[in-house]
Amino acid sequence: MSKHEVEITLINKHGLHARPATQFVQLANKYESKIEVIKNDLVVDGKSVTSMLTLGAEKGTLLRIRADGQDADKAIGKLSGLIKDKFGEE
Amino acid sequence: MEIKKGIGVSPGVVICQAVVLDAEEYRIPERHISADRAGEEAERLEYALTGAREELTELRDNTAKRLGKETGAIFDFHLALLGDEALLEKVRDKIKTESVTAEFAVATVLREYAKEFLQMPEYLAERVKDVYDVEKRILRRLIGESREGLGHLTEDVVVLAHDLTPSQTASMDRKHILGLAIDAGGRTSHTAIVARALGIPAVVGLNDVSVSVNAGDIVIIDGNRGLVIIEPDEATIEENRQFLRRQVEFTRELDRLRDLPAITMDGHEITLLGNIEFPSEAENVLARGGQGVGLYRTEFLYLEKETEPTEEDHYEAYCKVIEAMDGRPVCIRTLDLGADKYTQAHLLIQERNPFLGLRSIRFCFQHLQLFKTQLRAILRASMKGEVSVMFPLITTVMELRQAKMILRDVMEDLEEEGVEVRTDVPVGMMMEVPSAALQCNQFAQEVDFFSIGTNDLIQYTLAVDRTNERVAPLFTAANPAVLRLIKEVIRAGQRYDVGVSLCGEMGSDPKYILLLLGMGLRTFSVAPPSVPELKKVIRSITIEHARRVARHVATLNIDKQIVSYLRNQIREVMPEAY
Repeated sequence: MSKHEVEITLINKHGLHARPATQFVQLANKYESKIEVIKNDLVVDGKSVTSMLTLGAEKGTLLRIRADGQDADKAIGKLSGLIKDKFGEE
Repeated sequence: MEIKKGIGVSPGVVICQAVVLDAEEYRIPERHISADRAGEEAERLEYALTGAREELTELRDNTAKRLGKETGAIFDFHLALLGDEALLEKVRDKIKTESVTAEFAVATVLREYAKEFLQMPEYLAERVKDVYDVEKRILRRLIGESREGLGHLTEDVVVLAHDLTPSQTASMDRKHILGLAIDAGGRTSHTAIVARALGIPAVVGLNDVSVSVNAGDIVIIDGNRGLVIIEPDEATIEENRQFLRRQVEFTRELDRLRDLPAITMDGHEITLLGNIEFPSEAENVLARGGQGVGLYRTEFLYLEKETEPTEEDHYEAYCKVIEAMDGRPVCIRTLDLGADKYTQAHLLIQERNPFLGLRSIRFCFQHLQLFKTQLRAILRASMKGEVSVMFPLITTVMELRQAKMILRDVMEDLEEEGVEVRTDVPVGMMMEVPSAALQCNQFAQEVDFFSIGTNDLIQYTLAVDRTNERVAPLFTAANPAVLRLIKEVIRAGQRYDVGVSLCGEMGSDPKYILLLLGMGLRTFSVAPPSVPELKKVIRSITIEHARRVARHVATLNIDKQIVSYLRNQIREVMPEAY
């Protein structure tokens, strides 16, 4: 068991709108670890698209991603990669 | 047991289980279940979700193939919603703790989300559509066959709804629908007319009945007293059963009248015709003792299907009616659509005041091809029997002339094509706009007959929207101004030897019969189930009495006085009518 956490800023154009949130959740669901996304003190389930959307995270928002489980390390790496990569948007 | 009071618009009593339609025309499933069925509901939910996921995956892949991956990705969001455990937990929890059906739980939870999204930044508010889309997809799976609405029923039901559109009533499985009750509407709303045509009890103006009833509940619809009783107790059911048995007796008695002539006690013969909307009703006119069709409403041809009816569609329908009537008169009214989906869909701008807008004959003038298609069919069908054609909502003399000119054009076209038509088809008009009624002497010189449409005539004379329950009490045929217009029209008919009939709801209300006969009316056209009762009234009175009544009413100034006087008069000759 391991716990990993990373802080990362949303840099894609519209922030966490439906498509990036979907991509994030699809990826998160590939891991066994429990994944949480935190904005200020709001903590939501990183595997639930509705929860992610309720964050209302726009461009420039600082998010913390927390993973707890056997593949936490890998999950954090891939998820932060997705955000850094602007969710593949131009 | 819960009793709801509305407006009884079609007589009769029925005790039956309910189907419920919501405001969006979806059939609402049962809401509450017994606690021991929660497991079953949870299984139905999972099954529906699996099906919906498969459907969406396929849709995504196909879309991606056709339109590119980017477009297909829209459905990834839908799939993510369907796989959202946080959301699904809420649905499952609702089923378990509140003992509701899967459908109800899905709809409630997803709508909560939709509401939340609406408060989010703009790009998320847009996603509300996706949430509704997903909701519908799951519901379709859950509800399955019942989504087909009212077309295919396997057992007898009564329908409770917020409102019924003409297209819904047109597709109704009439064999199994025994009664109607709706939240909206007044005495002459569409639902009321359909119910009377079908001869089933109906109550309208109930405000919230469609949310008070669960599908499958036993319901009594009492069209005589305007009541809907939800989940009645044993004593109430028994009381209503007894009433039904007496009712059957009364109906049998009216049936015995079928083959007797409609003749007053002092020997005046009255013509009784039927109003119909569907060709299948023509037989009902004869079965009830009607002598012809005084008003064939053709709107249903336009509402039954998504596409405009072809000339053959018209022709076939008309021929069916004409053949069923076997030489008796059939009066076909041209398209009279107004403030409804069909015409509104053809308009570029929504009208602020549709009843005063582009409806009926006005709509036809602006859609000439559609109008001519119908006229061609009527003229062709006229070879088969005693057909007459009638134009609705004529407001000015010029409009009548224009309609007649178009009819002549069509006639010439057909003759040129070598199609046989009758050139002497009688042409008439509805008298339903005050301006026309006030100019009836002029009109009488230009038509073969008048048909008084009291519903619109009252609405336009008294400036009352008959379907607005807040002003509906103002809507009455007993208003002295309305009565004066009717009398003028009847007189003009006598003066110029032009036939006058009355085809509005007023003609099937027993209390007005004496008055109308006294004013000189000799032809009535009513919903077929009303024919026997009307005949019974006619056979129990004298024209001399009727004239006395008309003279007295002319001295009264207030509608309520007139109504109570007329009631007393009819009670004297036919106590069972009230």
